[in-house]
Amino acid sequence: MTENSPTERMVLNVGPAHPATHGAIRLFVELDGETIAKASTEIGYLHRAFEKHSEHSTWSQVIPYTDRLNYCSSLLNNVGYCFAVEKLLDLEIPERAKFIRVIVSELARIMDHLICVGAAAVDLGALSNFWYFFNVREKIYDFTEKLCGARLTTNYTRIGGVMRDLSPDFADGIRGVLKDLNGAIRDVARLLERNRIFMDRTQGVGVISKEDALSWGFTGPCLRATGIPYDLRKAQPYYYYDTYDFEIPVGTAGDTYDRLMVRIEEMRQSARIIEQALTRIPPGPVISGDPKIALPPKERVYGSIEGLMNHFMLLIDGIKPPKGEVYGAIEAANGELGFYIISDGEQRPYRIHCRPPCFPLCSAFVALVEGGMIADAIAVLGSLNIIVGELDR
Amino acid sequence: MILDKLQSLFAAEILGTHQDKGDLTILLKKARLHDVLAFLKSDPELSFEILMDVCGVDYLKMGENPRFEAVYHLYSVTKNHRLRLRVKVPEEDMTLPTATDLWKSADWHEREAFDMFGFQFAGHPNLKRLLLFEGFEGHPLRKDYPMEKRQKIPVPEDKPT
Repeated sequence: MTENSPTERMVLNVGPAHPATHGAIRLFVELDGETIAKASTEIGYLHRAFEKHSEHSTWSQVIPYTDRLNYCSSLLNNVGYCFAVEKLLDLEIPERAKFIRVIVSELARIMDHLICVGAAAVDLGALSNFWYFFNVREKIYDFTEKLCGARLTTNYTRIGGVMRDLSPDFADGIRGVLKDLNGAIRDVARLLERNRIFMDRTQGVGVISKEDALSWGFTGPCLRATGIPYDLRKAQPYYYYDTYDFEIPVGTAGDTYDRLMVRIEEMRQSARIIEQALTRIPPGPVISGDPKIALPPKERVYGSIEGLMNHFMLLIDGIKPPKGEVYGAIEAANGELGFYIISDGEQRPYRIHCRPPCFPLCSAFVALVEGGMIADAIAVLGSLNIIVGELDR
Repeated sequence: MILDKLQSLFAAEILGTHQDKGDLTILLKKARLHDVLAFLKSDPELSFEILMDVCGVDYLKMGENPRFEAVYHLYSVTKNHRLRLRVKVPEEDMTLPTATDLWKSADWHEREAFDMFGFQFAGHPNLKRLLLFEGFEGHPLRKDYPMEKRQKIPVPEDKPT
């Protein structure tokens, strides 16, 4: 309280305003009027002990845990983990599996951006965008269900490839979904891009400079919104990403508006990649034929003693990668998703550390909102796309 | 190039290097860790702008001495190269210099390493538990932490951190 302004500072628990603030993350602010004088974030309410669990599971048993890291794009987490383990094994997966992984990765990226942009708009009071986007997301869910039997916890990749091949109607169906997606993006972009209220609420809000973004460890759309075109798909290409024709959208201001617009444009680019992958995908096996890594096909399990032995050995003993350490990273929807893995040559990982993209994003949240208005904090939180499953693992 | 530069300046600090699976890795003594990190960030030819990750490893079951290791993952956006630093940390003296003055992301990464393994980061502005609650006993990612251990129910603490 000062002489000139007879007000007291108020401490407030913010939310729930965002899907993540329903008890899974705590935002605590000290308000001076409507201005945030001090803020703090507390995480750890969802702690699933991913890393400890992994040390007590076989290499393949970790894959379902990765589903729950970023539950908005679980297919991408599956790919990320298997990518790192295959790097440890020095294993080249079949060509068709690489293309399938690209297709599912980009589908997952689209799904993640759909929910992020849709929910961020809801936080600002624009509800219809969410329905337009979620409609498409549901249609993609129908295809993940055909792909692996689940809509949310996909558990689709396997070490050495993927669980099963695409269904015959997959390509045509996805092309239809991409058409719907383009329609939805067009609708939402028209509603938001030049919307006076939306622009006022997001432009110049939660601005972060290039240097700060790097120092805070930003990756993904939030880094690209500041104008740095860092994308692992271009910087360190994997699965032939360098042969696809697509662009990396970047922003200029590094504010909430740019972070959301970069995501909208990225969805268009992902759709382009899927189109190309669907045309280029070669026929062939979808999982490695190495009996020490992948389960043999069922005909061999039931029809030959070797197949039966391979099957049981793999289930009971598991994969045994060589002693060593590796850091494998892919471009997930939120940024760089990395796994640092240490193997002692046994059937269980000695140590798995996950580097989730939204952990640094969330740590910078306080710096982004301090000095701003309380309503802006909600807008900023939506644009960072904090996923609690990977935040506290 | 990264290795040559480091070897010319910090030869006495480097315990070993390898490049398995294409990941450049350097094993360091911890004495001059902060100098090495500051050099890696500021040198224009290396310019590691992003501290991707800091994590701990407990080598108890692999029987290594010293027992702990802190692992730093660095990445340079402008040069597009990566580096992994592994720092040997003995159990008796788990203090490391903080990197929060170099990279802001070190703040939470170091807090997590403290929380999970018990590393101390000298000079860290707010070294307290991040994922677990204040009052949690022990460090759960250590290999000798009992899996079935129960903890006291925490008392709410209503102060901004």
